[in-house]
Amino acid sequence: MNSVSYVQQLPKLEHVGRVTQLRVVVSEWTKLRSLRSTRWSLFAAVLLTILFPVLFATLTRTHWGSMSPHERADRHPLDIALAGVNIAQLAVAVLGVLVITGEYSTGMIRASFTAVPKRLPVLWAKIVVFATVTFVLMLPAVIAAFFISQTILSKHDILQISFSHPGVARSVIGGAGYLALLGVFALAIGAIVRNTAGGIAVFAALFFVIPPLMNILPASWNNAISPYLPDAAGRRMFSLDTGAHDLHPWPGFLLFLAYTLLAVTIAAVLLVRRDT
Amino acid sequence: MIVAEGLTKYYGQQRAVADLSFTVRPGVVTGFLGPNGSGKSTTMRLILELDAPSSGAVTVNGKHYRDHRAPLHEVGALLEARSVHTGRSAYNHLLALAQTHGIGRRRVDELVDLVGLHDVAKKRAGQFSLGMGQRLGIAAALLGDPSTVMLDEPVNGLDPEGILWVRHLLKGLAAEGRTVFVSSHLMGEMSLTADHLIVIGRGRKIADMSTEEFIRQASGTRVLVRTPQAGELETLLSGPDVTVSANGSDLLEVSGLTAAQIGEAAASNQVVLHELTPQQASLEEAFMTLTKEEVEFKAAELESEEVGV
Repeated sequence: MNSVSYVQQLPKLEHVGRVTQLRVVVSEWTKLRSLRSTRWSLFAAVLLTILFPVLFATLTRTHWGSMSPHERADRHPLDIALAGVNIAQLAVAVLGVLVITGEYSTGMIRASFTAVPKRLPVLWAKIVVFATVTFVLMLPAVIAAFFISQTILSKHDILQISFSHPGVARSVIGGAGYLALLGVFALAIGAIVRNTAGGIAVFAALFFVIPPLMNILPASWNNAISPYLPDAAGRRMFSLDTGAHDLHPWPGFLLFLAYTLLAVTIAAVLLVRRDT
Repeated sequence: MIVAEGLTKYYGQQRAVADLSFTVRPGVVTGFLGPNGSGKSTTMRLILELDAPSSGAVTVNGKHYRDHRAPLHEVGALLEARSVHTGRSAYNHLLALAQTHGIGRRRVDELVDLVGLHDVAKKRAGQFSLGMGQRLGIAAALLGDPSTVMLDEPVNGLDPEGILWVRHLLKGLAAEGRTVFVSSHLMGEMSLTADHLIVIGRGRKIADMSTEEFIRQASGTRVLVRTPQAGELETLLSGPDVTVSANGSDLLEVSGLTAAQIGEAAASNQVVLHELTPQQASLEEAFMTLTKEEVEFKAAELESEEVGV
């Protein structure tokens, strides 16, 4: 190639717009959908949300005859229908952390903050896009999980529950809401820690390590503390029964929302203050 | 136009930039020179407000970078460390940046073509060679039609053809009246590209002058003389401010006298000259002379630190 053919003038740009929150949201949507890791994680989350209830429902149906009355009493149709949420939360949380730490590990964050030097619009846009995408994908998934598992269990009257039964619709929609909120929580942790492994470790500690450790405490302490942990509070969103020490669903949701807002606030303050 | 005033940056106890003041003007290519770790990249991060200065301030076109409504239209930057998500295609990378300013897809296509990445635009950036990565970075920098272009080591990893392209591009951008600020450790490249130089060492400004003047100041007067009567001429020229060193049997290197003075002295004493060449120091040599103290200081400091350990 002739080197002279390379030399071209930079074409003028007719119109340069200013940075707006909406434009940053569009940009973050492009970023989210253009990564293979995002597509796979979300696909996995949807699949797990549906497959696990199918698996549990099928196992329950085939083993029903050999179950003890005690075991049978322990089966709750809503627990089966929303079993996948417990698994999907891992995929959603990891992706939530990655949405921001992926930018730090690759250096993309410098490009992002050069385009949007006020920085906060980037955080808000990431939260809005990720929460919306997660909710929009997970809502049909949990609804499908509910009706498919109910169909599989249709032979057993005591495992049938109506969508209009008090609290059922709230629990099913709450499952998708929980995952969306959890994704935001994980994203905020990622923004605070700025490191993929560290972010996932902090999330795992909060949601999988600390809750069972509470059992070491004296029962009265455990009962006083455990219901207020983020994990326990959040799970009230997609649970029907309220145990003696548990929060009711709406207070649980509000507490989990408060935890998430706290994490987001810390992330926002640090994001503006820290060097990149 | 970039104006820095008393820019200072500490990372913990480590001083990266100290009391740096300079102005980068539009219409010319300003080179930013300094040895590795001298604070060039830090200075550029401070200009973009990716890092906050410990003291001092820097403005771009009269405002803090953060306060511009369309930042990509003010400054287009290529930072030394790669700033691209490795899992995203070049096209989507540029598109995401463009969308923050409402810049359309046609502009993205234009820049992909301009930097010669058309065939690989849909490939993931992680698979790019260093040179392709640089081209992508340059495309990102030019996306917003910026009035100030700031590039950190742009020719790093480029092939000779690419280097030539960057050189022409930078000169073209400056000729259009833009402010062009380019760092490089390739002094030779700078001498061909930059009209003005800002030189730093250990975070401090060492020189701020035209490239021409920089070379002239650092080179002194050194003349190469080839003569079959080397011994004779050496005696003839020697004086208090003159040093003559023999370089082989017929070659002398004279400093302290101009070529004219040497020629006249030789003529009036009937010494035959085969060659009389004033030597101009290369930018490399000029740079080494200027930064020598800084580098030596650093080496000494390192040694004492090692002894301390």
